[in-house]
Amino acid sequence: MLEKALTGSRRYWVWIFFLLAVIGTGFICYLRQFDYGLGITGMSRDVSWGFYISQFTFLVGVAASAVMLVIPYYLHDYKTFGKIVILGEFLAVSAVTMCILFIFVDLGQPMRILNVVLHPTPNSILFWDMIVLNGYLFLNIVIGWVTLTADRKGVPPPAWVKPLIYLSIPWAISIHTVTAFLYAGLPGRHFWLTAIMAARFLASAFASGPALLIILCLIVRKVSKFDPGKEAVQALGKIVTYAMFANVFFLGLEFFTAFYSQIPGHIHPFKYLYVGLEGYGKLVPLMWISSIFAVAALILLVNPNMRKKESALVLACVTVFISLWIDKGFGLVVGGFVPNPFGRITEYWPTLPEALIALGVWAIGFLILSILYKVAVTVREETSSWPELH
Amino acid sequence: MSINRREFLKLAGFSTVLGLTGSSVIDELLKSKADASQVLLDEKALSAKRWAMIIDTSKFKTEEDYKNVIQACHSIHNVPDIGNPKDEVKWIWTDTYEHTFPGQENEYIPEGIKHKPFLLLCNHCDNPPCVRVCPTKATFKRKDGIVMMDQHRCIGCRFCMAACPFGARSFNWRDPRPFIKETNPEYPSRTKGVVEKCTFCFERLAKGLQPACVEKSNGGLIFGDLSDPKSEARKVLSTHYTIRRKPEIGTQPSVYYIIGTGGNENA
Repeated sequence: MLEKALTGSRRYWVWIFFLLAVIGTGFICYLRQFDYGLGITGMSRDVSWGFYISQFTFLVGVAASAVMLVIPYYLHDYKTFGKIVILGEFLAVSAVTMCILFIFVDLGQPMRILNVVLHPTPNSILFWDMIVLNGYLFLNIVIGWVTLTADRKGVPPPAWVKPLIYLSIPWAISIHTVTAFLYAGLPGRHFWLTAIMAARFLASAFASGPALLIILCLIVRKVSKFDPGKEAVQALGKIVTYAMFANVFFLGLEFFTAFYSQIPGHIHPFKYLYVGLEGYGKLVPLMWISSIFAVAALILLVNPNMRKKESALVLACVTVFISLWIDKGFGLVVGGFVPNPFGRITEYWPTLPEALIALGVWAIGFLILSILYKVAVTVREETSSWPELH
Repeated sequence: MSINRREFLKLAGFSTVLGLTGSSVIDELLKSKADASQVLLDEKALSAKRWAMIIDTSKFKTEEDYKNVIQACHSIHNVPDIGNPKDEVKWIWTDTYEHTFPGQENEYIPEGIKHKPFLLLCNHCDNPPCVRVCPTKATFKRKDGIVMMDQHRCIGCRFCMAACPFGARSFNWRDPRPFIKETNPEYPSRTKGVVEKCTFCFERLAKGLQPACVEKSNGGLIFGDLSDPKSEARKVLSTHYTIRRKPEIGTQPSVYYIIGTGGNENA
C-alpha cells in the first residue's frame, strides 16, 4: 500500500520536499548540538528542561486523542466516524514518533539511550513512559495498517485486531497519565505537584488533538476526493467543545488552590507565567495569548449555530490548538522551573538552533503524517464508490 | 503439529524481538543487585552506616572561610569554571538564608544571619527523589547513605535535576575539560551531556580521608556516622539545635545546619 505515497500531484511533492528541507535544516542543527552539547539550547542549570520536553508533553496529548474516535466508533458503534478513525490512528502514529524523537534530541548522551532497556528501572516513571509510548506506537501502526488493508480489499478486518483496538483505548489514557506522572510526582516543584495534572493533561489532549484532526479533515477534503463527512467534523467539534471546557475548568481549579491557599510556592509560578515575578516575565505575553485564545475559542464553540459554520469552527480549532500549545507546549514545563527550588529566577527562551531542531522534528512528524494520510486517502478514494461494509 | 512457512516466519520474528529486548529486561529485573562495595577495601578506609554532615555556620566568618572549602572541593574534583550561570557546574556553593531555607525567613531575623552566606551541597537524602526517578540507575544510593553518580551510565535525561528539591545537580551543557584550570589526574573529569554533583568524597573516604571540604573547614563542617551514637556527628547533633532544608517534603536530608553568626548576632 505504501507505494500509493510515491505517486502524487505536483502540490504533494512540493509539500514533501518542503518538509524534507525543514528536516534537513533541523538535522544540520542537531549535528551541531551533538558535537557541542545541549549548551547550544537556551536551557540552563536552573531550567534544565525546555522546548524539547514541552513539545514531547504536548504531542503525547495529540497522540492520545485518537481514542476520541476509537471509543465512539468501536464501543458505541457510531458509524459516522468509520471513515475517519484511520486518520486519528495515523495522527497518533505521527505524534508518538515525534514524542520519541523529542526525548531523543533532549538527551545529553543519546548514544546511551539503550541503557533504559539494558538497566530497566521500574521505579522510574520514564521507564514506564518508554513502554507505553512504544506500545502505543506499535498498536496504532498495526491497527491502522491492518484495518486499512482490509478496507482496501473490501473485507472486514481480521478478528485478531479487535482485542488490539480495545487495548488501545486504555493504552491511550495511559500514555498521557504516565506522562503527567513524570511531573506530578516530584516533591520540590509546586507547580507540577498537583493531583489533577493527569486529568488536566487528558482534557487538554482531547481538545487539542480533535481540533487538529478537524483541521486535517478539512485539508484532506480540499486536496482529495475523499470527504470525511460534515457530520463527523461536527461531532469532533462537540468533543473539542466539551474537552476545552473541562481543560479551562481544571486550570481554574489550579488557580483557586494556589491563590486561595496563598502558599507562596504555589502562587509564584502562576505569577511568573501570567503577570511576571520580581520584574521577570518573558512568558507573560504568550500566556495571555493562550488565555485570550482559550476564551475566544470557547465563545465560538459553545454556540451551536456558530460551531455549525465551518469557517467559525476552523477558527475555533486553530485558536484552541495555539492556546493549548502555548499552555502545555511551553508554559507548563518552564513554570515548573521558575522560580527555582531556592526561590531564585532564571528565565528561559529557546535559541535559534533549538527552535530549528524542534521544527525539524515537527517536520518529520508531518512527513510521516502526509505519507500515511496519502495512503489512507488514496485507499478511501478507491473504495468510496463501494457500499458501506460495517 | 505442523506449521506452514508463514507461521514459522511469524514465530521466528516474534522470538527474535523477544530475545533481543524481552529476555535482557527480564534477566536484569530478576538479577540480584551487584554491590560495588564487595571489592576489597583499603584497611584505612572510613566506613559508616549513614554518613552525614553538620554545617556549623557560626564557624564561617570571612569570605576566605567559604572560598577555601569550595576551592578544595572544586579543584580536586575537576569541577570546571565555565564563567557563566547558564552552563555553570558546581558541587558546593553559597546562598543567603532566605534562599537556603525558603519559607523559613522572617523580616526580623538578625542582620548577621540575613546577609550571611550559607553553604549548599547535595543533601545525600535518605529518601532521594533523584534516585527514584533515574531511568538507568545511573544515580543510586550506597549502603553508607551516599547518593552516587555513575557518569558512564548517565544518559543525560536530566530527570534527576527536575526531581532534586535542592538544586544540587549540575549538567554538563558543554565539554567541561577546557574550563578545568588544573586537572587532577587522580579524579576523572566528565564529558558533555552527563549530570554530576557532590559525592561526599567517596574516593577520599575509601583512602581513610575526610571529605575535602571538611578538611579545609577549620571545624566548621563535621562529618560522621549517624548510626554510631559515639560519633562526633551524633555528639554535635545531640548538643546543638540543628535544622535541615525542606524537611516537610520527606526526603530526609543528611546535611544539618547549626544557625549562628559566630557571636556578633547584631552586627
